[in-house]
Amino acid sequence: MKKFFGLLTVVVLAICMLVGCAPKETVSTDGSTSMNKVIGALGEAFEADTGITVSYNATGSGAGIQAVFEGRCDIGLSSRRLKDEEKAKGLEETILAYDGIAIIVNSENPVNGLDLETIAKIYTGEITNWKEVGGNDRQIVLIGREAGSGTRDGFESITGTEGECKYRQELTSTGDVITSVASNADAIGYASLASVKDTVKAVTVGGVVPSEETVKNGTYVVQRPFVLVTKQGVKLSESAQKFFDYVTSEAANEIISLAGVVPAN
Amino acid sequence: MKKNKLFENIVHGVFLILGLITVTCVLLITVYLVISGIPAIKEIGLINFLFGKKWAPTAAESQYGILPFILTSVYGTAGAIIIGVPIGFLTAVYLSKVANKKVRAVIESAVNLLAGIPSVVYGFVGMLVLVPAIRKIFDVPDGASLLAAILVLAVMILPSIIKVSITALDSVPKEYEDASLALGATPTETFFKVSVPAAKSGIATAVVLGVGRAIGEAMAVMMVAGNVANMPSLFQSVRFLTTAVASEMAYASHGSLQRQALFSIALVLFLFIMLINATLNFFLKRSKEK
Repeated sequence: MKKFFGLLTVVVLAICMLVGCAPKETVSTDGSTSMNKVIGALGEAFEADTGITVSYNATGSGAGIQAVFEGRCDIGLSSRRLKDEEKAKGLEETILAYDGIAIIVNSENPVNGLDLETIAKIYTGEITNWKEVGGNDRQIVLIGREAGSGTRDGFESITGTEGECKYRQELTSTGDVITSVASNADAIGYASLASVKDTVKAVTVGGVVPSEETVKNGTYVVQRPFVLVTKQGVKLSESAQKFFDYVTSEAANEIISLAGVVPAN
Repeated sequence: MKKNKLFENIVHGVFLILGLITVTCVLLITVYLVISGIPAIKEIGLINFLFGKKWAPTAAESQYGILPFILTSVYGTAGAIIIGVPIGFLTAVYLSKVANKKVRAVIESAVNLLAGIPSVVYGFVGMLVLVPAIRKIFDVPDGASLLAAILVLAVMILPSIIKVSITALDSVPKEYEDASLALGATPTETFFKVSVPAAKSGIATAVVLGVGRAIGEAMAVMMVAGNVANMPSLFQSVRFLTTAVASEMAYASHGSLQRQALFSIALVLFLFIMLINATLNFFLKRSKEK
């Protein structure tokens, strides 16, 4: 009997915990896996302010756009601009932020600038020695991120090297990439612009120095927009509208910058 | 009297529940791993999954072969054992039989300290010191490699090997050694021909423990091995079973085949570790029967 009561207490407690998690008001977002960090940070801050939970379903940009179109979520997230045919279907884009990706090399490396095509050739293994791009006679060591990482996805889609990169190291965090590039004179890597420090050198791409400004005005090409997708003519729910206004307001800019991207508004 | 019995029963019940927590956890993990690991294996095909040589989950034509991970885990663990066991074992012989009390106390506390260092610290030191060193010494383009992982793992398994071997060697009856010495054997002969054979099963346990530790390590290895799904080769960047799961889990989207396949890898790793545990139990049992 005693055992039974003990078990009962445990069960009741467990149920109480589950009930405690029951959703109140929520805003559902769906889409780009790369926007995980920025939406997560904004969602947390928004929830702390208003008590409204923001759910985030990482399915990929295409799936997110489709979800908005079918009305399965409030706001779609896309890490590319909408295509014309998507706009024709009545979808609207609002740019939340720009994700700039810096191409980094060791500070001892004499190479200061590359262009997009050369970067693609380096990463696909067509160029394997630094002397071919004006550096020392050393083999190029390619450092990248793991499959599925937003930065890798962004870098590969911008340079057009999806699935063809011949990495020497696949690391799991921006910090590890920077540390590895800093400790290997022949390494090249990529990392979110906001997290690049003085320990490595960010090369110019097509002569443009990567900075918040050049990312925003579009002259620095290794970048992509983070887009909020909504449907024209469909009114957002009250809490979704609140979230939308919040993330596009100036107050959200600091959080967006902290998440490693350049705010658009 | 009756009250006393009631109290006894309550305490008994509480202990039972606490005991069940552990069992439940093990069962939950096993069931969860099997349930979430099977679908991907079914979809990919067991042979393709276990013996496929290419892992490219996000490519346009995704491929899920984990042979490189399995071989890397096996080679990496074997390498760590080949380097770690002789060092650890001889250290244990020295500490247990030769060293005087003071030296033993100092070295033993150092060994304990080594056991307490978190694996991320091993990884970090490996990344900043070992990887550049390998690059310079062997003149390879990059030092993140199977060799770096083996060296880090070898150091990490030292404490468990040393500690268990010492316990085994300490429990060899002194009479055995005295008898051997009395028969005219030198101390060295006594250690290797009497003490070590007598402590055989304990030392075997130490080795199996080391294997378990090495095959399950993820963090330190992830930071020094380079994590590219290549077939294992000493100076190539490689990916272990553990790091294959850990490195892609964060970004693999829910419900995708990639995520399911990661669970399948975890299942394979789990079976490996079960196998090692079974071996360990076998040795422990044998040493008890003696």
